[in-house]
Amino acid sequence: MIEYLKDSDFLVLLLKIVVIFGGVMGVLAYLTWLERKVIARVQMRPGPTRVGPFGLLQPIADGLKFLFKEDVIPTNANTFLYVAAPVVSLIPALLSFSVIPFGPSLQVTDLGVGLLFIFAITSLGVYGIVLGGWSSNSKYPLMGAMRASAQMISYELSLTLSVVGVLLIANTLSLAQLVVAQQRTWLGFIPRWNIFLRPIAFLVYVISAVAETNRLPFDLAESEQELVAGGHAEYSSLKFAMFMLAEYANMVTVSALAAIMFLGGWGGPAFGPGWLQAALPTVWFLLKVSVFIFFYVLMRATVPRFRYDQLMKFGWKFLLPLSLANIVLTSLIVAIAAS
Amino acid sequence: MIPVGWYLILSAILFLIGVLGFFTKRNIIALLLSIEIMLNAVNLTFVAFSAQHGQISGQIFVFFVLVVAAAEAAVGLALVIAIFRNRESLNVDRSNLLKW
Amino acid sequence: MIQTLFFFFAAIAVGAAINVLVQKHVLYSALSLILMLTAVSVLFILLRADFLAVMQVIVYAGAIMVLFVFVIMLLNLPQDEDGADRLRWLKFIGIPLGLFFLFLVVATLWNVESSVDTRSGISGSPLAIGRSLFTDFLLPFEATSLLILIALMGAVVFAKKDL
Repeated sequence: MIEYLKDSDFLVLLLKIVVIFGGVMGVLAYLTWLERKVIARVQMRPGPTRVGPFGLLQPIADGLKFLFKEDVIPTNANTFLYVAAPVVSLIPALLSFSVIPFGPSLQVTDLGVGLLFIFAITSLGVYGIVLGGWSSNSKYPLMGAMRASAQMISYELSLTLSVVGVLLIANTLSLAQLVVAQQRTWLGFIPRWNIFLRPIAFLVYVISAVAETNRLPFDLAESEQELVAGGHAEYSSLKFAMFMLAEYANMVTVSALAAIMFLGGWGGPAFGPGWLQAALPTVWFLLKVSVFIFFYVLMRATVPRFRYDQLMKFGWKFLLPLSLANIVLTSLIVAIAAS
Repeated sequence: MIPVGWYLILSAILFLIGVLGFFTKRNIIALLLSIEIMLNAVNLTFVAFSAQHGQISGQIFVFFVLVVAAAEAAVGLALVIAIFRNRESLNVDRSNLLKW
Repeated sequence: MIQTLFFFFAAIAVGAAINVLVQKHVLYSALSLILMLTAVSVLFILLRADFLAVMQVIVYAGAIMVLFVFVIMLLNLPQDEDGADRLRWLKFIGIPLGLFFLFLVVATLWNVESSVDTRSGISGSPLAIGRSLFTDFLLPFEATSLLILIALMGAVVFAKKDL
């Protein structure tokens, strides 16, 4: 193994890992600040303003608070699973960032099956919620966890199927290739993004993504008013913080996937001097991801939530047939266009 | 780098563990889990041979084994739920009404 | 490096499989099985079957085992009952016989020299699998889709409270 340390490619890879994961953790912390500010402004109040200018040190204060809280483990809880559940929730959420292309060469690894890798990792994240709810040995977490995980595995189907439309056009599963396939333009300036080519797939994907990450309007299983925060009810301090981090990381992952598959990834007009042109693709990518994250937070602030049976009915009886119909339609178009 | 024999030995070990589990466990769900271990060992053998001979049909067969395992797990678990609802116990020794 | 990875994940797979047998509560067995499935999936990647590896995680570890875990949690099973009286002699004879059989298998396979390195050869990309699946193996493919439909209907019918 030691000879790998002298290899400069390996060192560049380590640097990429540190930069990407460090950046992701920083973004996750400040996502809480963004959410609180935006929700506050929608509700016509200022939000956090006391800790630092514009409340910018609020996430740091929250992190310190989580660190210093008392760590309670319920008496009859299954200790091993209780402690392992937040870890099992967080690791897949962070692992998905290793295949997301932040720029033309800023990607930890480009798997040939990158998109499926993210779906595989997301489906492993269901276990964190299920184990967390069950090991707390209490009725509200169990109900909340069962509902949340049933919802997640239901909407995984329409999430994956809605993406197949995009894959039929791009003919590849690797995320870097998906971005490169959208770099052409019509008429010289309208970018050839998949959102214009497959709008139904885009809509189904966005709705499924919001349901998959247990966010409003699909968060009956973990909302404050309904089930006392659902599967996380018995968790405190750092374990609870890890669950929250995992939820935000999932949100950022699906937003990044939406930006890659439907909005052209890091593509965008390039201008300016050399150093600016090198940094501009990452800026465009982060801008597109921020659009989706802002949309997420805005939906949380404005939309009422679905009842659980309405939620499941919507997922199975409307979204799933719609995504299947979209696949049939797309394959027809691709087959006709190819002949 | 890694001779194909090592993969076959590993899958033989896994298959053996699955068989041992199938013979010694009395919980019906544990029996289903042992069957899954055996199926996985067979999958590993198929993929190892597919890599050795350079043909893709080994991997296609693993695909079908995966599908059959999914179907079998679903129906098996539905049967487990029905049995549990009737007998309140998942011990195989309690479900021996047809034994002579 | 590849050898280190192979031994590491093979050890995890065997350890997790043994843990499936050893655990008394069936939920821990199911979780060990998930670990074993993930380790075997990494071994698939070492054999250049990357599409199959990801399929194994999505289908096996991410869907079938979720079904198992749901059923175990909803049935709320107690610990396994003790008293393996009738099976005690089976364990004492069975395990040494099994080890002897394993010794025979290992002695046979140890000297198998593969003529082709398992790292070269085909690449299990989705393109290759798809091409073969939809041309040579189209009939089994359609048959398995029918099989899944039947299994779906069967599972729903069996698990209903009132038929």
